[in-house]
Amino acid sequence: MNVTAPIAHTQGESDLIARFDAARDNLAGTVSIGALRSAALEQIKAKGLPHRRVEEYKYSDLRAFLKSAAPLAATAERAATEAALAAADTFGDLERYKLVIANGSLVADLSDISALEADGVSVTDFVEALGSGNGSALLANPMTAPNDGLLALNTAFVQGGVVLSVKAGSQVSKPVEIVHVAASEGAQTTRCRVEVGEGANLRLLETFVGETGSGEINAVFDYQVADNATLATTRLMIGEASAPRLFTSIAHIGAEALFKSLGFIAGPEFTRNQQFVHFQGENSEAKVYGVGMARGKGLADQTLIVDHAVTHCNSREFFKTVLDDQARGVYQGRINVAQHAQKTDGEMMTQALLLSEEAEMANKPELEIFADDVLCAHGATSGQIDEDLLFYLRARGIPEAEARTLLVLAFLSEAIEEYDEEDVTEGLETRVRDWLAQRS
Amino acid sequence: MLEIKNLHARIAEDETEILRGIDLTIKAGEVHAIMGPNGSGKSTLSYILAGKEDYEVTEGEILFNGENMLDMEPDERAAAGMFLAFQYPIEIPGVATMEFLKTAMNAQRKARGEDALTIPDFMKRVKEQAAHLNVSMDMLKRPLNVGFSGGEKKRAEILQMSLLEPKLCVLDETDSGLDIDALRVVSDGVNKLRGPDRAMVVITHYQRLLDHIVPDVVHVLSKGKIVKTGDKDLALELEKNGYADFVNAA
Repeated sequence: MNVTAPIAHTQGESDLIARFDAARDNLAGTVSIGALRSAALEQIKAKGLPHRRVEEYKYSDLRAFLKSAAPLAATAERAATEAALAAADTFGDLERYKLVIANGSLVADLSDISALEADGVSVTDFVEALGSGNGSALLANPMTAPNDGLLALNTAFVQGGVVLSVKAGSQVSKPVEIVHVAASEGAQTTRCRVEVGEGANLRLLETFVGETGSGEINAVFDYQVADNATLATTRLMIGEASAPRLFTSIAHIGAEALFKSLGFIAGPEFTRNQQFVHFQGENSEAKVYGVGMARGKGLADQTLIVDHAVTHCNSREFFKTVLDDQARGVYQGRINVAQHAQKTDGEMMTQALLLSEEAEMANKPELEIFADDVLCAHGATSGQIDEDLLFYLRARGIPEAEARTLLVLAFLSEAIEEYDEEDVTEGLETRVRDWLAQRS
Repeated sequence: MLEIKNLHARIAEDETEILRGIDLTIKAGEVHAIMGPNGSGKSTLSYILAGKEDYEVTEGEILFNGENMLDMEPDERAAAGMFLAFQYPIEIPGVATMEFLKTAMNAQRKARGEDALTIPDFMKRVKEQAAHLNVSMDMLKRPLNVGFSGGEKKRAEILQMSLLEPKLCVLDETDSGLDIDALRVVSDGVNKLRGPDRAMVVITHYQRLLDHIVPDVVHVLSKGKIVKTGDKDLALELEKNGYADFVNAA
C-alpha cells in the first residue's frame, strides 16, 4: 500500500481548489465527466502543481510561479468579445475561416460554421460533444504523458472549445483560425479536437487575443490525422502576459500522413508549449517547428515527445529560442523509437540565441532508441550574435540595431522557412521586429 | 580624401602592436596599392579604416574628407563613403542577398538624408551592375555569400561596391582565390568605378592584380610601417626581388 503524506498547498493551489469548488456545478459534462474532473483535481490536490522535482518540469516550476490563481472567466459579453476581436490583428489579410472561442466557450454566431460545413468540415461545440456518449474519450491523455499536471488542470476546468471534423477527402479551401478571445479577465481553459479524415487536408491557425489579467490560459489541442491526410497547424501567442500560458498538443498520425506544426510564442512571463506526437501508421511524416522568445524574467519552455511506435516514419524537430535580459529558455525534446519501429528517421535540433549576458538556456534533446535499424540525430546550440556578421552588415552602412534585427530574423527564418507555409508566416517578420523594437 | 597620420594600433584583446606609425595621404581620383609580406599589417589597416572593434588605435589619427574617422561608427563611415571589400566575405545564412543589398543601400541613403529607392529603381540598378560582373539572378536569390564559390564571393563584394558608390574603396586582397578570368571580371568592375571623385586603396601580395588595376602610387608595408613609396614600377621590382630588402630595412 502506498501512503503519500499530504502536501502543504501553496496559495496558488488553494486558489485552484477553491475555484473548482465554486465552479464544479456549472462545469459542462455528464456525471462521468464530472468524475474525471474530480479525479484530475484530486491529482493536483495530492501532488500539487508541476514543480521542479518532477523531471518534466525541472526547469519550469509552475508551482513556484503561480502565486495565486484567478477565478475562471465569466461568460463573455458580446460587445467585449467583438471589441477584443476588432483590436486583434492575427493574420492580417489572409483569407481564412474563423471560429471564435470567447472566455472559453464557442460563440457560434461569430463563427463561420455553415461555410465550413459547405467546405467539408463539421463543427461541434466541445461542451455538446462532452455531453455525448463518448465524451470522456475527448479528455484522454497521451500515452507518453498519462499523468501530466497541465492536462490534469485542463481536464478539471475545461470550459469549452470546439470539435472540428474534416470529412474524408476534403481539401479545405482556406485555413481555419480558431481564435481564443479574452473578453474579460479570468482564467481560460479550453480543449479542441481536430479530426482530419482520410485523404483530407486542413491548415489550422490557433490564436489567442485579449487580456486575461491574472488568469492563466490552459489550452489543449488534440489532433487526429487519418491515413493519407495532411494537417498543418500554426500557433500564435504574442504579447506580454503575467499569468501562465500553457499549451498542449497531442497528435495521433495515421499511415502515409503528414503532420506539420509551428508554434510561435513571444512575450508572456511563463509559457510552456508541450507537444506529444504519436505515429500510429507507417510511412508518415511529422515536422514540428517552434519559436520561443522571452525577455525580462520570462520563461519560454518548449517540450516535445515524438513517439515512433511504428516503422518507416520520419520526424523533423527544429526549435529556435531567442532570449533577452534575464529570460530563461527551456527545450526538452525526446524521440522515442520502439523496438519494432525499424527504418525510423528522426532528427531534432534546438538552437538558442542569447541577446544578453544574463539570459539562460536549458537544452535537453534526448533519443530513446530500442530499434536497431534507424537514423536518428539530435543537436543543440546556444550562442550569441556573431560579432563578425554584425560588423559585416555595419560596414555596409546598416546601423547596429537594424543589423542585430536582421541577424535575429535570419536565425529564426531557418525554422520558419522549413515550415513552408509562406502565406501564414509572412507576417511574423513584422512581429519579431516589433518585439525587438521594444528592447530596453 | 584620406589622411592617416602616425597611426599606431594594436589588437584589443592581447595588446599585440600591429601598426607602428603609418602616414598616408590619398587624394580623390588616386589609386594607391599597398603591398607587403604576410603579417605586415595590411589587413589590420583595412579593418581599422572600416571600424572593426577588435583593434585599438593607440596613437595618431585618420581624417576622412576632413572628419575624424575614428569617432565614427562603422555604419556612419559607410554612409560617409567608406567601403571595404573583404578578403574573406562572410556567409550570412538567412539573409537574402537582394534584401541585404536593398537594406544597405537604403540605410546609407537614409543616413545621408536621401529618399529610399523605389523597387523598380533598385531592381534596375542591381540588374545593370550584376550583368557587368557576371552575377546571376539565381545567386542574388540565395542567402548572402552562402554556398558562393571564392570567385562568386569576390564578385558579390564588387557588386556591393558598385551599388553603394563609395568615395573610398579599400580592396583587401581581392585577387586571392581568383582564377585569371575571374580576376579580369573583378578588375574590370573595379576599373569602371575609377573616377576623379573616388579614391582606392588596393591591398595585395602580388603584382599580378596591379597589371589589371594600375595604381598611381605603390607603398610597401612592413612590420606596421610604410617603408617605401614609389610608382607602379615599384610593384614590378618587388615581384622580381621579393620583399626581403624591405623587411630587413624595417
